[in-house]
Amino acid sequence: MALAGEYRSFLHRSCVKAADASHHLKILKAIASYDTAVEAMKKSQFESWERARQVAASVKRDAVSRLPELLEQFEAKAVENGVEVVWAADAAEARAAVLDIARANGVRQAVKSKSMTTEEIELNEALESIGVKIWETDLGELIVQLAHERPYHIVTPAMHKSRAEIGELFHRTLGTPLTDNAEELTQAARVHLREAFCSAELGITGANFLIASLGAVVLTENEGNARLTTACPRIHVAVAGIEKILPRLEDLELFLPLLATSGTGQQLTCYNTIIRGPKRSGEPDGPEKMYVILLDNGRSSIYAEEKLRVSLTCIRCGACLNACPVYRLIGGHAYNTAYPGPIGSVITPHLRGFPGWQHMSSASSLCGACSEVCPVKIDLHRLLLENRWHAHRQRTSSIIWRLGFWAWAAVYPHRKCLQMLQPFFRLGSRLAGLAAPRDLRGRIPQVAGRSFSELWQDYERKRTNS
Amino acid sequence: MEQIFFLFQVLHLLRLPKSGKQHLSTGALLDEKQVTLFIPCLVDQLYPEIGVALCNVLSAIGWSVNYTPEHTCCGQPAFNAGHRPEAKQAAAAFVAAFPGSGEIVTVSGSCTAMVRVYYEELFQEDARLPEVSRFVGRLAEFSEFIHRHDLYHKIQGVQRGRVGFHNSCHSFRELHIEREPLRILRCLDGFELIESANKQICCGFGGVFYLKYSTISSAMGGSRLQYFLDAGADTVVANDPGCIMQMRQEAASRKLNIRIYHLVEFLAQAMGLGCELNLSKRSAG
Repeated sequence: MALAGEYRSFLHRSCVKAADASHHLKILKAIASYDTAVEAMKKSQFESWERARQVAASVKRDAVSRLPELLEQFEAKAVENGVEVVWAADAAEARAAVLDIARANGVRQAVKSKSMTTEEIELNEALESIGVKIWETDLGELIVQLAHERPYHIVTPAMHKSRAEIGELFHRTLGTPLTDNAEELTQAARVHLREAFCSAELGITGANFLIASLGAVVLTENEGNARLTTACPRIHVAVAGIEKILPRLEDLELFLPLLATSGTGQQLTCYNTIIRGPKRSGEPDGPEKMYVILLDNGRSSIYAEEKLRVSLTCIRCGACLNACPVYRLIGGHAYNTAYPGPIGSVITPHLRGFPGWQHMSSASSLCGACSEVCPVKIDLHRLLLENRWHAHRQRTSSIIWRLGFWAWAAVYPHRKCLQMLQPFFRLGSRLAGLAAPRDLRGRIPQVAGRSFSELWQDYERKRTNS
Repeated sequence: MEQIFFLFQVLHLLRLPKSGKQHLSTGALLDEKQVTLFIPCLVDQLYPEIGVALCNVLSAIGWSVNYTPEHTCCGQPAFNAGHRPEAKQAAAAFVAAFPGSGEIVTVSGSCTAMVRVYYEELFQEDARLPEVSRFVGRLAEFSEFIHRHDLYHKIQGVQRGRVGFHNSCHSFRELHIEREPLRILRCLDGFELIESANKQICCGFGGVFYLKYSTISSAMGGSRLQYFLDAGADTVVANDPGCIMQMRQEAASRKLNIRIYHLVEFLAQAMGLGCELNLSKRSAG
């Protein structure tokens, strides 16, 4: 069964990573430098980070509450600009749309800039299945593509690789001389990618924001690869989740610095591009055709749930992943899905189904570090609780837990029952402590010889007697 | 319904002595201030010494304590697991165990957060909501209680060691308790408070998370303790029995040389209050 399988493999992978000290050190080091940059940028760039979050949260919440209206506005404007808009209800429809475009235009090579939405719909595999060669052009994405891996993180996909490992990988796959010099490695990737940019017929991107009032796609990046992806090939396809909408161009004034600060600790990313459509007559550059694929894939079912709807305001900055002690320990690959960490654990069960993915909502100590850092103030840990309640309501949670808590509720909240069972608990904990394997022995809680309520009663008795 | 019936049967068969039913109160003088204790189930069952320390400290700073043994658990384990009907059952029994209108104090920020943040949501569209709301306002975590009544000056004593403070996530993020416990600690002399170790890092307990993902939970606990050790601490003072259970277990199974106390235990030791329940000792103040 798929459900047990995914849960079991998550347990397995997370346990392996939790015990991997070198992995932990590598991630902590990367996140420590991120933390320092972000803290400094929050102070230097914003008069009040808290106020910025409040404004961003209210803009995004308003946008999501008017989602149908704003999407239609976006579509009308985009069509006016000469963009073809495709509505995709699920991953299969989105893939089919891209494949149709590729086939109709005789595409043999494609370049792609970093996009988690295309990871979500597993676009690379689909394109390769019809013989289209696809190159990731973001340096981090290229690294994971060459290593035949999935992105480790939604913003920094190769966070788990050291420079030495990347040098070795490039040496093996691109034939570059063995080095761990960052500049040389980047140069090698540039040479390799320049060729791909020039020969690709199709450029694929995601979208960081969709501007409803303009029908525009906004891309934010640091390497210029998204700009080349949208400028060199004949065709540009942007695959965007429907929640990416912002009402007005002016909203970028806040959202671009907000995303850059939370995402990478930058004031702004190096390149920010607003694309309103394909090349117009008289313009020298740009694609001849442009498509925007608006992807639902479960988002409207999140929209329909009042409490969960706020999760659609996420701007995918990745701050909650970096803050999460569980993510830091088990890493992005353990989750085996496009969106890991706290936000992934909130939305994935809704996008991919509770039976297979509800275990993600339980994989959190509910410490709330995610909610604390979220730039649009999503109460992620409370939404995890909502998901757990959802699983219980839908009866997709395990029967053992349901029976267990039923019995617990009948007995545990009542002192008399508890007192009656006290000797059994006590004995049980002693026996379990003795029977447990040595490495678990310290982790079996031992019920005290006298509970507090018994100590109190002893004390009372002594006092009345004396 | 069946559950209730089952419960009655069990109770009828076993009729326990009545002593458990009385609302006990100790050392009450007319002019004294009184407070009711909420002893979280982890303290009641696993670490009664934390409850004893709470009683002794409160009593030593001039408060008389009431204790109603009927209460057991606030319902958080079920709530966090998503089992809200069961959590509500537990919450209803819990609220009913605290009649009256006086203040209630406890030693867990996590249980306090459960009550303060989620109880009213749990009883939405329920006739008991006004009663629950009144109850919610009565409960305070220990350091909140000390702060509210400005009792810092009554805390005096000597401790030793290089001490790191572990603020529980729920106390910090749900109750916004940050400075109060540190201010309490600074009332004591003789020990070194290592500020750099006080960083807000989760110990990995998390209730059902600890059971469902014990390996991850344990690794998180280990790395939290390592952070204290690296900062040079030999003692951890924490403010939640959940964190204490997690860290004590990790320290024991990893054979780490570090002591873990609840804030009230640390205070009781410093104030020389002993390990036995003793409600007769009064401070001069």
